[in-house]
Amino acid sequence: MRRQIPLALVMIFGIFMIFQYFVPHESSEWVYEFLLDWIYIIGIFALALGIWSLIRVSVEKIHSRKSGWGYPIITLAGLFLMILFGFIGRRDGVWGLYFMTAEGLSNPMFRHFFDYILIPIQSTMFALLAFFIASAAYRAFRARNILASLLLIAALIVMLRFNPYMGPIGPYVADTASWLLNVPNLAAKRAIIIGIGLGIVATALKVILGIERGYMGKG
Amino acid sequence: MEFSTFLWTTLGAFLTLATFSFLYKDNPFYKIAEHLVVGVSAGYFVIILWHNGLVPNLFERLADGDWYLLWLNSSKPWYLVPALLGALMWTRFSQNYSWVSRWPLGMYIGIATGVAIPLEMANRVNRQLYATMIAIKWDNFWGMGFLDSAAGFSQIIIFAGVIAGLFYFFFSKAHTGIFGGIARFGIWILMIGFGASFGFTVMARVSLFINRIQDLRDWGAASFNTSNPHYSGWFFIVFLLLVFSLAAYAVVEVARFTKRRAA
Amino acid sequence: MNIFERMMSLDRRWVFLFVALVCVATYIVPFEIPVRVDDEVRSIFEFIDTLRPGQIVFVAIDYDPNALAELHPMTYAIMEHCFRKNLKVIVTALSQNGPGMAEQAIRDIADSVRLDREYGGVKYTGREIVRGEDYTFLGYKPYYALVILGMGQDFRIPFPTDYYGVTLDSIPMMRGVHNYAQVAVVVDLSAGNITDAWIAYGQGRFGFPLALGLTGVMGADYYPYLNSGQVFGIMAGLYGAAQYEQLADNPGRAKDGMRVQVYAHLVIILFIIMGNVGYFMSRRKRAGAAR
Repeated sequence: MRRQIPLALVMIFGIFMIFQYFVPHESSEWVYEFLLDWIYIIGIFALALGIWSLIRVSVEKIHSRKSGWGYPIITLAGLFLMILFGFIGRRDGVWGLYFMTAEGLSNPMFRHFFDYILIPIQSTMFALLAFFIASAAYRAFRARNILASLLLIAALIVMLRFNPYMGPIGPYVADTASWLLNVPNLAAKRAIIIGIGLGIVATALKVILGIERGYMGKG
Repeated sequence: MEFSTFLWTTLGAFLTLATFSFLYKDNPFYKIAEHLVVGVSAGYFVIILWHNGLVPNLFERLADGDWYLLWLNSSKPWYLVPALLGALMWTRFSQNYSWVSRWPLGMYIGIATGVAIPLEMANRVNRQLYATMIAIKWDNFWGMGFLDSAAGFSQIIIFAGVIAGLFYFFFSKAHTGIFGGIARFGIWILMIGFGASFGFTVMARVSLFINRIQDLRDWGAASFNTSNPHYSGWFFIVFLLLVFSLAAYAVVEVARFTKRRAA
Repeated sequence: MNIFERMMSLDRRWVFLFVALVCVATYIVPFEIPVRVDDEVRSIFEFIDTLRPGQIVFVAIDYDPNALAELHPMTYAIMEHCFRKNLKVIVTALSQNGPGMAEQAIRDIADSVRLDREYGGVKYTGREIVRGEDYTFLGYKPYYALVILGMGQDFRIPFPTDYYGVTLDSIPMMRGVHNYAQVAVVVDLSAGNITDAWIAYGQGRFGFPLALGLTGVMGADYYPYLNSGQVFGIMAGLYGAAQYEQLADNPGRAKDGMRVQVYAHLVIILFIIMGNVGYFMSRRKRAGAAR
């Protein structure tokens, strides 16, 4: 029950999906569409697990009263306010709670929270990386040997390809950058893509055949 | 721009600066922004999952049934099965029954891996290999520019580079002799590839910062934009309030810093 | 500590400050950087430019706010280009915060399309773009790879309704539109693995023309697919977006930001050179002392 059924499910559905790819008969197509249709619903429940974990972790932190216990309150406030706004909407000029229709998505507060809270913070958090990459490049980029020099030169050419102050060599830098991207870079990335592709297929086969069972966890 | 919208953009500007303050050091403003964004983002996702997921894909399909009969009398009762399977996912939180969550998980993993095998093989492996080999056209070998990626010379580099790169990754045989030579060529090519990626990454990260400057500029411009029909002195006052409170915070921080240094 | 060692070990906050100052200073002074258009971007522009009015462009907005700096300008330029050409657009958002990005983009683009404008010497009169007639926003569903596969059967399998809860059959522009067969081109703007899914599960299985708008971080990784013909165009990072803006003669945030980009790169290169000079000189000094 605990291990055999999930293993069997993986194998049955996995083999069916492969079979369906090669034999797209009307009836297998019908089952295929059905399964796709179902899996989105399962996915929604699965993703909601993450939200529940967030709530649990936040509540535990608040209970613990350790330093910084106040911050999770802000997290929970943001979470529940957003959920509340998402259910409040206006239909035919009347404001109300609407659960089964999507009026809440047009609620101005719901949108403002997204546009003026979520977007600025999330994009700024990633904008911090501009500074970290500058300092990382400064500290770590040393032409210690041939390999490091190759890396450095390729990076410099790519970084300078749209620099308008290069004078007569400008067009050559741009051409070299384009060649670099379309030839050696392409070869390197293609080797990686093929490697990853083979890796995915091998792992998928192992999963379907029940050799790889890491997804089941312990117990 | 109306004043209320301007207040919202001011909030956005404040949160942007609060997040940037992390560059100096971790501080309460950054922490507030960090925790707020986690909550808002999760709440947003709940609503999207509800209105874009559960309602159209599940509830509306069962809508013609009755809840007190568990929707079994609806015209599409089979949609109860994925709902039940989805609900079983939630047994993860139980200590005794968490194994039940493996059933829906097994179904998902079976489907995901099953579709992956033929498609990944065809599109990541086979088509890339075809392109590597078919691309070499001997007519292209002469008469094209050195830096033309369609030239025969370039095609040979691609071919050799892919083979050598795969050599470097896959052959566990000791990299000596001719193997060593091929693998060394492979790692050279890979390094150029990583270098190109790094150059691109620098560009990417910088552009994220540029975007933030552009947003702050828009906010600043709005607080002075007298051609805005909704403009009033309040725009400027709000602008000054934020700027002054920031300056005050900076002064306090500098004072603290010098005090610490003196101590 | 001698000068060379000091050159190597500046406190990172000085680096931060210097980069920030240069970026802000170059942004304040307005001047334009010439943009050279690469073939991989031109092919996307030309493909869309030669479509007939009424044809459908599928724009997949698969990114969160953290990638908006690079991908929003592409979305704006491409979608405005489509609407000005009277093309119809189907939008999906398969990343977690994608729907918000798509909504923001649609709202802003609608504002812009309302105005009379001249692009590339052609005058376009402003018009109101209508949801359901000019565009359909399908919204979000989990498990993007399976959603992409499902849409290949019928858009109605993953998306019985659009983002706003309207059933697809009652949307005028979706009548007779069932799957990718009725779509002229798919443009995927994404900041992650969703791109791979569009290539393997979308283009690979259903064979539609696919163009990619990528973040800079991913930019270099997708050239093999361009060469193999699995995608017909790539726009990477802010520079890619600036190129599209240049082609569409619709300068936006990407072209506006390029001058900062150029100077920021110069500063970073300067720091790299400084670190290397320090490294080599102090190594030579050490070697000299050892002798």
